[in-house]
Amino acid sequence: MSPSCCSNTACVEAGQRNIVLVGNPNVGKSIFFSAWSGIYADVSNFPGTTVEISRGKIGEDILLDTPGVYGVSSFNDEERVARDVILTADLVVNVVDATHLERDLFLSLQLADMAIPMVVALNFCDEAEILGIRVDTKLLEERLGVPVVSTSAVKNRGLKEVFAALPLARAGLSHPEIDQAVINLLDRIDTRPEALMVLEGDEVVAERHGVAPENDRERVYLLRRQRANDIVAATVNRPEKSARFRDLLGRLCLHPASGLLILGAVLWGCYQLIGVWVAGDIVGLTEEAIMQGHWEPWIRGLVDPLVAESSVLGQILIGEFGLLTMTITYLLGLLLPLVVGFYVALSLLEDSGYLPRLATFVDRLMTSIGLNGRAIIPVILGFGCVQLGTITTRILGCKRERTIATAILNFVVPCSAQIGVIAGMLAAVGFMLSLTYVAVIFTCLAVLGTVLNKVIPGQSSALLIDLPPMRLPRPANVLRKTVIRSFFFMKEAYIWFFAGSLGVSLLQVSGGLKAWQDLVAPLTVGWLHLPKEAATAFVMGMVRRDFGAAGLTDLALSPWQVVVSLVVITLFVPCIASLMILFKERGFKEATTVWLGAWILAFGVGGLLAQIVL
Amino acid sequence: MSLNDLRRGQCGTIINVPDENLRIQLLRFGIINGTQVSCHCKLPFGPVVLKYGGQEIAIGRDIARQVTIKAVL
Repeated sequence: MSPSCCSNTACVEAGQRNIVLVGNPNVGKSIFFSAWSGIYADVSNFPGTTVEISRGKIGEDILLDTPGVYGVSSFNDEERVARDVILTADLVVNVVDATHLERDLFLSLQLADMAIPMVVALNFCDEAEILGIRVDTKLLEERLGVPVVSTSAVKNRGLKEVFAALPLARAGLSHPEIDQAVINLLDRIDTRPEALMVLEGDEVVAERHGVAPENDRERVYLLRRQRANDIVAATVNRPEKSARFRDLLGRLCLHPASGLLILGAVLWGCYQLIGVWVAGDIVGLTEEAIMQGHWEPWIRGLVDPLVAESSVLGQILIGEFGLLTMTITYLLGLLLPLVVGFYVALSLLEDSGYLPRLATFVDRLMTSIGLNGRAIIPVILGFGCVQLGTITTRILGCKRERTIATAILNFVVPCSAQIGVIAGMLAAVGFMLSLTYVAVIFTCLAVLGTVLNKVIPGQSSALLIDLPPMRLPRPANVLRKTVIRSFFFMKEAYIWFFAGSLGVSLLQVSGGLKAWQDLVAPLTVGWLHLPKEAATAFVMGMVRRDFGAAGLTDLALSPWQVVVSLVVITLFVPCIASLMILFKERGFKEATTVWLGAWILAFGVGGLLAQIVL
Repeated sequence: MSLNDLRRGQCGTIINVPDENLRIQLLRFGIINGTQVSCHCKLPFGPVVLKYGGQEIAIGRDIARQVTIKAVL
């Protein structure tokens, strides 16, 4: 058994086979996964948003889905994860996109060189047909040496046929020259797939076997690329020109003028969906009517006879920040609808193929703050939830970019829950003051990015991104993604809400809240020119940023005080949940720097503004 | 000339990619020396979007400058 086996989730019991789905990003692997195993898998249109491995069962065997990769190697996290799962495979189902076989066959041929028994699913056959692309599957089968089955997974065509072909899986034909080189390594390395990895200079696999990696990667890759091109030349018939609607649409997304219009329309659409409809109408119904109108009175009535609300335990359970009252209301009435709305918008954007084009569109702007266009993805996610954005910085090319993007997310990007409260408060102070708020935040963003770009050594990677075709999102897929993502998000988040409410309740009943207000009064009153009670908002802001913002709504503030307090609460430290993610993703030193830095930035900028305007 | 000099609709043949890492990445996407690519569109000061064999990729200006090409008339 290979040493990699038990280091990942793919550890197997004896007698079971590991059936692994492998393919480039956006080839529809996950549809095969859910069709066969019945368990949900995340389907993504943005290259590299799933690093987790989905795992299911087919009869006695285990079915594993891998992240979409262009080849098996160690260029990034997804590839390392995919590599380790593939190395445990007893059988591989390689899903390829019939509309660009040139790209996809590179991976297929690499799997053939590994000699793992394989079946190829030639997906998007319906789309290829519309485009006039003809693939000679018989000849392709012959050249690859494995069964090739035509499918159209989104239309549920061919899934059964691929499943039925699994017993026919066999090792593909290897390139003779590569074959010989791999055989030469087999006296030192026990399995062929691993020998190929070592031949291609994979340092991790070489180290596992205590050998030095070979230096043959480029030669092997070139041989394989030539072979892929030859096979495509022999088996694929592609019409010369294909001017199509979605080509035009894709181009419009990238044109400076129309691209800006489309971006504006997309943002407006997201705002209408999440900001107006979900945060307004839906939350009005769920939070106020259902939770505060029915749930809270009911649970108070149930608990009060047993534990009086005025007692310490009563305060904690059903008081102002009660675990059974406010926390539950907050989780189910406010957060859940917002999260679902957010994921619907995100899934629509992903499945349409717009996100990579947006990354291309803003690339120039992002390079001035030391990032490339790809970083727009975590930033956009950050506007939904900073935690989510921070996790997604994994897709960025190097450590330097991850540091800059994480800093921007945690310093200046307000999350969707907070934006709701902020927007409400700004609406009351008028246009010019709102504009001041926005200008201050954007100045901080620009200055922060520019400074980090100058200060952090090294160079950020440039954009190199695959633009998948623009496709109409399928409602079933959007729904499935939304449900599973919301579920996992809530599963991760709920504990922090209980912990945070408990903390604030304890502070309140113990009198700590008052002591804190007095302690920071010089800062709040003297420097920020805000009422003493604003300090409570800062405590709550440490727990949840929107708690913090919400805490301000109850105070009697002048219009300029509103602007100052909102600037402070926006630049304020990330919420507990985000902080935990920050520690996990970026390590102790960086996380602590960001957290302490946020205090300084928030009070520094807020105070300066207060000194000027108040 | 470099990839960055391509104008929209113009075609070019890849001559040389000096950086090994970039060479490998492009190779996996299907672009090697001798591959003919066309410029699908180009953003001002920004990335070049290439089209070849039914596929589109966007390449940042900094790396597009490194790739030597020969224009195809």
